[in-house]
Amino acid sequence: MKYTILVNEGPYQHQSADTALQFTRAALEKGHEIFRVFFYHDGVNNGTRLTVPPADDRLIQKAWTELAEKHGLDLVICIAAAQRRGIMDADEAKRQGLDANNIAPGFRISGLGQLVEGGIQSDRLVVFGD
Amino acid sequence: MSMLHIVNKSPFERVAFDSCLAHASAGDAILMIEDAVVGAVDGSSFAGKVKAAMADKSVYVLGADLAARGLEGKAMEGVTIVDYAGFVDLTANNDSTQSWL
Repeated sequence: MKYTILVNEGPYQHQSADTALQFTRAALEKGHEIFRVFFYHDGVNNGTRLTVPPADDRLIQKAWTELAEKHGLDLVICIAAAQRRGIMDADEAKRQGLDANNIAPGFRISGLGQLVEGGIQSDRLVVFGD
Repeated sequence: MSMLHIVNKSPFERVAFDSCLAHASAGDAILMIEDAVVGAVDGSSFAGKVKAAMADKSVYVLGADLAARGLEGKAMEGVTIVDYAGFVDLTANNDSTQSWL
């Protein structure tokens, strides 16, 4: 079955960021296809590469990157939500005249249309948030 | 057409669980995850509402979240404990999902 996952909450803020990751892992293990994972609202904070959690804590952002590399996932960050929260890729940082970017490998920044398309193209849309 | 209702809020904190029970149809499935798992424990002031829902709906709880809150083994009779794979199966076996955020 084809899934799109919507993540509305950031890591270390609410359990839903962890639940979304665990659910996606379980769906892949069962042989389902993840068409897209869309990060919206504070969920965009799952896509920064500049977090350094304590050594004994889980690495949520890195786990998404690793999962994307292993399974070729399409991890999409909402551009408007990202700009409000300082999540930038190189192109966007340049366009805004900023001195740095922070997007994690495996993520890309795009628009809300990607969520709509995910909902249309997938058999199931599962929402995680607070 | 059956729907999987995913609830992640304690019924003692928000009204989302109550709203879910008020809107779910006969034949639907209800899954408690995150803080909603306290709704699976017997003897609370909310337990009766969950038991009433079981008359025509199937009710599940995510075992890992129950265990994380020290409530392992405390789910009321009739509530099925699932793991993440079981969570995935519930989303696949019902026609649609609704997250009561």
